[in-house]
Amino acid sequence: MKHSTFRAAARLISAGAFAAMLAGAAAAATPKDTLVVAWAIDDIITMDPAETFEISTGEIMGNSYDRLLRYDVNDPSKLVPDLAKSWTVSEDGRTFTFELRDGAKFASGNPVTAEDAAFSLQRAVILDKTPAFILSQFGLTKDNVKDKVKATGPLTLTIETDKSYAPSFVLNCMTANVAAIVDKKLVLSKEQNGDLGYAWLKTNYAGSGPLKIREWRANEILALERNDNYYGEKSKLARVIYRHVKEAATQRLLLEKGDADVARNLTPQDLDALASNKDIKETGTPKGTVYYISLNQKNPNLAKPEVREAFKWLVDYGAIGDTLIKNIGIIHQNFLPVGLLGASTENPYKLDVDKAKALLAKAGLANGFKVTMDVRTVQPVQGIAEAVQQTAKRAGIDIEIIPGDGKQTLTKYRARSHDMYIGQWGADYWDPHTNADTFVRNPDNSDDAKSKPLAWRNAWDIPELTKKADAAALERDTEKRKAMYLDMQAEFRKTSPFVMIYQMNEVAAYRSNVVGLKIGPTSDATYMFKVSKQ
Amino acid sequence: MTVAPASAETWREWLMSDRPQSRRQASLGRAYGAWRAFARNRLAMAGLGIVLALLLMALFADQLAPYSPTVGDLRTTRLLPPSAAHWFGTDDQGRDILSRIIYGSRITLFVVVLVAVLAAPIGLAVGTIAGYAGGLVDAALMRITDIFLAFPRLILALAFVAALGPGIENAVIAIAITSWPPYARIARAETLTIRQADYIAAVKLMGASPGRIVLRHIMPLCVSSVIVRVTLDMAGIILTAAGLGFLGLGAQPPSPEWGAMIANGRLYVLDQWWVAAAPGAAIFVVSLAFNLLGDGLRDALDPKGVK
Amino acid sequence: MAHAERVQGGGRRNARLLRAADSVGRFLVVILLTYLGLLAVTFFIGRVIPIDPVLAVVGDRAPEHVIARVREEMGLNKPLWEQFFIYVQKVLQGDFGRSVLTSNPVLQDIRRAFPATIELATLGIILGAGIGVPLGVWAAVRRGGLADQLVRVMGLIGYSAPIFWLGLMGLLVFYARLGWVSGPGRIDVAYEYTLTPVTGFMLVDTAMAGEWEAFGNAFSHLILPASLLGYFSLAYISRMTRSFMLNELNQEYVTAARAKGLSEARVIWRHALRNAMVPLVTVIALSYAGLLEGSVLTETVFAWPGLGLYITNSLQNADMNAVLGGTIVVGSIFIGLNLLSDLLYRVLDPRTRATR
Repeated sequence: MKHSTFRAAARLISAGAFAAMLAGAAAAATPKDTLVVAWAIDDIITMDPAETFEISTGEIMGNSYDRLLRYDVNDPSKLVPDLAKSWTVSEDGRTFTFELRDGAKFASGNPVTAEDAAFSLQRAVILDKTPAFILSQFGLTKDNVKDKVKATGPLTLTIETDKSYAPSFVLNCMTANVAAIVDKKLVLSKEQNGDLGYAWLKTNYAGSGPLKIREWRANEILALERNDNYYGEKSKLARVIYRHVKEAATQRLLLEKGDADVARNLTPQDLDALASNKDIKETGTPKGTVYYISLNQKNPNLAKPEVREAFKWLVDYGAIGDTLIKNIGIIHQNFLPVGLLGASTENPYKLDVDKAKALLAKAGLANGFKVTMDVRTVQPVQGIAEAVQQTAKRAGIDIEIIPGDGKQTLTKYRARSHDMYIGQWGADYWDPHTNADTFVRNPDNSDDAKSKPLAWRNAWDIPELTKKADAAALERDTEKRKAMYLDMQAEFRKTSPFVMIYQMNEVAAYRSNVVGLKIGPTSDATYMFKVSKQ
Repeated sequence: MTVAPASAETWREWLMSDRPQSRRQASLGRAYGAWRAFARNRLAMAGLGIVLALLLMALFADQLAPYSPTVGDLRTTRLLPPSAAHWFGTDDQGRDILSRIIYGSRITLFVVVLVAVLAAPIGLAVGTIAGYAGGLVDAALMRITDIFLAFPRLILALAFVAALGPGIENAVIAIAITSWPPYARIARAETLTIRQADYIAAVKLMGASPGRIVLRHIMPLCVSSVIVRVTLDMAGIILTAAGLGFLGLGAQPPSPEWGAMIANGRLYVLDQWWVAAAPGAAIFVVSLAFNLLGDGLRDALDPKGVK
Repeated sequence: MAHAERVQGGGRRNARLLRAADSVGRFLVVILLTYLGLLAVTFFIGRVIPIDPVLAVVGDRAPEHVIARVREEMGLNKPLWEQFFIYVQKVLQGDFGRSVLTSNPVLQDIRRAFPATIELATLGIILGAGIGVPLGVWAAVRRGGLADQLVRVMGLIGYSAPIFWLGLMGLLVFYARLGWVSGPGRIDVAYEYTLTPVTGFMLVDTAMAGEWEAFGNAFSHLILPASLLGYFSLAYISRMTRSFMLNELNQEYVTAARAKGLSEARVIWRHALRNAMVPLVTVIALSYAGLLEGSVLTETVFAWPGLGLYITNSLQNADMNAVLGGTIVVGSIFIGLNLLSDLLYRVLDPRTRATR
């Protein structure tokens, strides 16, 4: 009995080796009309633009759904037409009118009308999923949205806001995924129990974008296909396939071997090593994501202004920038990422242990103190935390690192039960208010507050700054608005309990036969439909 | 009480006596016999030597380590390959890997010993009692074992750590709680085959209580398989601790726990191989040592194999 | 569990049937209890892990009122006992719910993830046991010799080398440098849409469709991770084989058999190994069960969409419906293999068949 199984196993192994050799010989590059992207896409939980709010879905939506307008990838301060060919703002700044382009069709063949546009925005507000606030912050609610967002003609859409906001603010928000236009007829035909097609759209597609979603298999693959009904220039690629590959080293091997055309999650040292490979090119763009360490003001030591400042002198920005985040980040000490209106580029802090020591002495903590920091066990976050732990120790501060998985540290952070936290914040839409809203706005610092921005999470009570942030959102003069944000950032740098460290630079490495790949400043602006292969 | 003999020679005779005059003499004699059998096994002695060396390393880490295990320089000493100054190279924080391994031996020893000491006896007891008693006791004990075994291990450990709180001590307890079931299964399987043996029937006829039979006559026979399994598991235990680290429940940075060092090295595997290789080799040497030791113990303790 | 009942000579039909019914009944109770235990433990885990399950649904940015609504929808506001009751009730109706991460019914997810793991684990255990057992026997026969040491060191390397390291090195050498095998993933993208999944087993699906090229491709994707898992279990199986064989070789019947003049090969393979197989079956079954649980690290390195990754990922997001689904599957395999090894005991070992 033993012998026979052994022999069977031996046969199997030799058969396997044979088959493997055949396949190995046959292994070639990816098909010409297909782009294979190796990327960690396990954050995807839905395909519904009214619900998506994750990084990788952002990109999928950007490629598969059209919206009224988009921002210019080369100059994000400019807006360009998409399904709306033109738009106007009323005298009082409260009514926005969009004129839709004629002849656009959904992938299903249905024509794109103002009805669809109105339905899409109404649907997002009524479903009230996570990103709905981007629209509802203009005074749109479940009850009034059908009156405020209307199709006033077959191709004319009007949106009415409750206050006269900065027009750029409102229009910028219309470029977000949540404002994507869905196929009303198709979605409603799949409706169950009045859910506006929510259950169906979670895993299906009803858009008009240049690529359509063919299939999403969680943790495995996401396939996009050319939409031949697209109104603009058709995608050169017939297919874009995102393969979920979590491990950076695996991505790199796939890319080097030619089984992937693009690798998206490479580490600084991978990028360094690939720089000398002539078959591989790299492209990067600063993103709207900033990384920071925050100090919970509920901790009496951390609440001292001198301690807050001392921590800003205890980070070795230069060394971190040259090593741990080389290629993937740029040192940045402001809450607005570069690229957004009014973003400051002043970085006054550097490692200065003596200065920090003096500040601590002034705070009556000359002998240092003990404090904990919740850290996600991913790089470069953990590496930065360890580096800060070392430099803080030189000033007598003992940081105990509490490692945890992402959701776990986040749960604790959101409950305000941390001391220190290291994390990141990405812009929700391309307007400075997105970050001002979270870093310098805290309307209610009580434990059961209605909104819980980052300032709240760190119990930073700032009535004055909150007012300034509110005013900036309403300022219609762009230059004045810019000055207001610069002013807020200056104060933030000095007094905030946030040690801003760097702005993310997203880099993709790709095979040299790939042409036209450009990473967008936000995830929904990385356009695969503009890419081709030689 | 027997009168203790005076010289070394007579000590030996006393211990090796064919007719021990007391229970104590008999058991001491058995232990001595086992030790002699063990000492004859050169490989086992080598294993013991490595384990002792590890102990010394842990004790004298302060004197042995050339650098601090937690301090490094990002700019000047990051990811240096092995050299005269840094025998095992440096890691991504610029820390000397050799020093970290030396200090890490403390944590490793703590983890490994505690898990073995906690898990093996539980497994052995549950397995032999279930196997010998049979019937309802067996069914009940095996149900519990099965529930534990049937559960994905990392998930169970995670749950226990979550209940206990973070930190390496709690991780160790969680690993111990989740690693006894295989020992229980093996012990039970062995017990089932031993139970029917003639000599057990003989002992039973002589009126030995079930507790005594299990403790004196069955457990010793199962010990060998369990020891083999436990010593084999040593590396697994260290790596499981690292696995918990991924979920944020293992060692806390910058603690030089070997598993955590390996986990950290995975980012550098393709270019800076030494970051993961050095702690990997350390784990290998230690598990080899425990393995040799375990085999030696097995041979020395195995009543069936007495020469 | 399930000891052989004493079978009386020439028993009457009725009595036998009754006994059979009785043991089937007991068996069912046993299974039910195990499942209930699994359910309770999973539920307990879901409630003690310090991760807010709402986060997985709404993400970090959701306004408070959305969070409160989702918490309500998920039934997390109800008292614990009520939550558990609802949970058990639903599961008993065969409703495992939806995974919040994938938006799919959990069973559908598992139907996709599990075949990937089975394929890997089965080939792995075939390699592990097929090579591990003979190696273990060899080591036992040559005890203390060079062969013994060689097997030991080889096994230990497999055991103490971190699996992601071996995996990446394997990929680097056999995939990137030598090109002998295909890389991460289950099949090349080129074949991705050429066949419709029926069973979910790539090898079976491609074979059924007669797509032999795709079959070869799937196999070349499978062989490296499977060998790795095989190596991992080989280490353990060969050690245990050696240990069991040493026990057997010390027995009197072996001496007797040798004295009878049987060839050494016959003594070892026919007699000693046959008896050693009894405990070995448990060992192999346990290893197999362990492989079927899915290895998170292997699956991560090889971008293999299997069960280990699915369960861990779900757990990290406190997606307890998915965790429960995975746990039940792993539990069922275990129960099944357990029964099988018990059964094999009785077939292989005359001693457990003896009267009490």
